[in-house]
Amino acid sequence: MDIIVCVKHVPETAEAELKIDATGKGIEKAGLVFDINEWDDYALEEAVRMKEKFGGTVTAITVGPEDSESTLRKCLARGADKAIRLTDPKFASSDAYATAKILHSVIKNLHFDLILTGAQAGDDGSAVVGPVLAELLGIPHATMVKKIEFTNGKAIVNRELEGGLEERLEVKLPALFTVQTGINEPRYVSIMGIRKAMQKEVKVMGLADIGLSENDVGEAGSWLRIEKLYVPPVEKQTEFLKGSPDEIATKIVEILKSRGLI
Amino acid sequence: MAEIFVLAEHRQGQLRDITFEMLTKARELAEKANAEPAAVILGKNVKDYAKNLADYAKKVLLVEDEKLENFNSEAYQKVLSHLIKDYKPLLTIIGHTSYGVELAPRLAAALNIPLATDCIDLAFEGEAFTITRQMYSGKVNVKAALRKSESYMVTVRQAAFQAQKPPTPLNGQIVEVPSPLTEEIVTKRFLEYVLPPPGGVDITAAEVLVGIGRGIKDQSNIPMVEELAKTLGGVLACSRPIVDKGWLPSDRQVGTSGKTVKPKLYIALGISGAFQHVLGMKNSDLIIAVNKDPKAPIFSFSDYGVVEDLFKVVPVLKNKISDLKAQKGIA
Ligand SMILES: Cc1cc2nc3c(=O)[nH]c(=O)nc-3n(C[C@H](O)[C@H](O)[C@H](O)COP(=O)(O)OP(=O)(O)OC[C@H]3O[C@@H](n4cnc5c(N)ncnc54)[C@H](O)[C@@H]3O)c2cc1C
Ligand SMILES: Nc1ncnc2c1ncn2[C@@H]1O[C@H](COP(=O)(O)O)[C@@H](O)[C@H]1O
Repeated sequence: MDIIVCVKHVPETAEAELKIDATGKGIEKAGLVFDINEWDDYALEEAVRMKEKFGGTVTAITVGPEDSESTLRKCLARGADKAIRLTDPKFASSDAYATAKILHSVIKNLHFDLILTGAQAGDDGSAVVGPVLAELLGIPHATMVKKIEFTNGKAIVNRELEGGLEERLEVKLPALFTVQTGINEPRYVSIMGIRKAMQKEVKVMGLADIGLSENDVGEAGSWLRIEKLYVPPVEKQTEFLKGSPDEIATKIVEILKSRGLI
Repeated sequence: MAEIFVLAEHRQGQLRDITFEMLTKARELAEKANAEPAAVILGKNVKDYAKNLADYAKKVLLVEDEKLENFNSEAYQKVLSHLIKDYKPLLTIIGHTSYGVELAPRLAAALNIPLATDCIDLAFEGEAFTITRQMYSGKVNVKAALRKSESYMVTVRQAAFQAQKPPTPLNGQIVEVPSPLTEEIVTKRFLEYVLPPPGGVDITAAEVLVGIGRGIKDQSNIPMVEELAKTLGGVLACSRPIVDKGWLPSDRQVGTSGKTVKPKLYIALGISGAFQHVLGMKNSDLIIAVNKDPKAPIFSFSDYGVVEDLFKVVPVLKNKISDLKAQKGIA
C-alpha cells in the first residue's frame, strides 16, 4: 500500500508568548520552537503502521520553507521512505486552499492508495486542506477519522462526531482521510531511525517544477486575505490571585468557603 | 432578493443548536446586506423541521430523499451544489461541526466559491465580506477578507452566536425542491453510529470537577490531582490530550467531543483553554484556572486565575483543605 502523508511544520504556541509582528498580519516567529503539527504526527504514525502491516511506501510531503525540512527528517526517522518539500517565495501567504492546490499539483503525479492529512493544522486550524485536496484529485474522503480498517479494497472508518459519538463509514479506495488525535500512540524516534533518515533524500520542488502559475498560489491564489491580527477580547474578567503558592492556596480556600464548597 | 443560506444541521431526529445560532446571525446579516435568510434542510421525513425553521427564515428550502436519511457529505454536496447554482445565494453558512468540516471545504472548492472556516464573526463591509476567526488555539484573533465573489461560504464555530427567536415568527415560505440525487452514492456509505462505551464515571453529575490538561506532564502526576479532587469531594476530569494519551478514560473528557459539564466548581489545571474544551465547561458556576502562562485563553473564561506552576499550588491547596476538614471534624 502506497501512502502519502501531508505534514505541516508549525510553531508550538501552547506555552509560548506570542507577539504580533510589525506588519500586524502575522506573529513573530523568532524564538518559537517548531515541530510537526500534532494531528499530522498521528497521521504519520497511522501510515507507518499500515506500511508495516501491508508493505508499500510512505511519502511525507510538506509545503514550507527550509526549516520545515526538520519535520520531514522526523518523518523519515519515524519510518517514511520518501520526503518532498515544496517551496517557493511565491508560496508565501498561501491559505489552506492555495496550499491544497500546491499539494495537488505534485500528488496527482504520484502513485497512491491512500492519502492521510491531519484533521487540522494547530496554527491556522482551518481543517480545509484535506477535503479540498480530495476534491481536486476526485477521490472520496472522510474527516476526523479515529479508526481505519480495510476489507475488499474498501476502507471502513470511524469518524468522530460530537459528544463522544462516532459514525462508521465505508469508503472506496483510493481515498483521503484526515486523522484525529488519539487514533494511535505515535512512537518515539529511535537513534537507528535518525541514522537511516540521514541517508534518505528530501526532494525539493518550486513553482517552476509543479506546473502552477503565480496566480494559483500565494495571496493571489487564496480564498482569504488576512487584514489584521489582534489579541482576543476577554469574555469574563478573571481576578488573578497573586502571592506565594501558600498565599494563593489560602485565597482559594477562602473563596471555596465563602461559596459553601468546603 | 438574494438569499443567505443556512444549512440546518440535524442528527438522530433532532435539529442541532447551531442551526438556530446560524439563523440568528443570518437574519442580522441579511438586514445589512439587503438579502433574506433562507434555511436549507436536507433529509428524509424532515417536513416538521421545515415548519420549525420557517419561524426563523424567510424561506425554507426542503429537499427530501431516502438517500439523505443519514448525513453523507457526497450526497449533501450534490444537492447543495444544485441549490447554490440555482439560487446563487450571497452567502452560505454551515456549522463548523463534524458534518460541516466534512462538507464545506470540498463543496466550496467544487463550486469555486471562497470559503472561510471556523468563523466567530461575519460582516459585509461595503464591497467586502470579512470574517473573524482564531489562530494558535485561541491566542490570536484574525480579521480577514474573502476574495471578491458573487457568492461566499463560511463555517461558523459552535456557540459563537447566540440563538434568538425573531420578535415575530418570519413565517418563511416552505419550498419543496425535488431531490437532484438520481443514483446511489457508492463511493462513501454511512454504515452506523457508534456510541461511546457505556458505564464509567458520569462527570456531568459531579458538583466539583478538577480538570487536568497537558500541563500535568506525566501520568505519574495524576494521583496527586486525584487526591485534590477527592479532598474536595469531587471528580477528576480532563482535556482531550489526556484521553488521547490513554491516561484517563474517554468518559472523563470535557469539551465538544467529550462531555458538557456545569458543576458548582471547575478547577482547570494546566489546560490552555482551546474553544473545544471551553465549550464544554464555560457555564460552570465557578471556574478557577491554574496555568503558568498568563496569556492562556482559559483565563478569559475563568472567575479566578492563578499564574503559577500547578505542581507548586496543588499540594499546598490539598493540604489546606484537608486541614480545614480535619478541624471541622474535631469541632
Ligand atoms: C474536532 C476537535 C474536537 C476536539 N474536542 C476536544 C474536547 O472535547 N476537549 C478538549 O479538551 N479538547 C478538544 N480538542 C483539542 C483542543 O483543540 C486542544 O488541543 C486541547 O483542548 C488542548 O488541551 P490542553 O489544554 O490540555 O493542552 P495544551 O493546549 O497543550 O495546554 C497545556 C497548558 O498547560 C500549561 N502548563 C504547562 N505546564 C504547566 C504547569 N506546570 N503548571 C501550570 N500550567 C502548565 C501551559 O501553559 C498550557 O496552557 C478538540 C480538537 C478538535 C480539532
Ligand atoms: N503547508 C502544508 N504542507 C503540507 N500539508 C499541509 C500544509 N498545511 C496543511 N497541511 C495538511 O492539511 C491538514 C489540515 O490543515 P489545515 O487545513 O490548514 O487546518 C494538516 O494537518 C496537514 O496534514
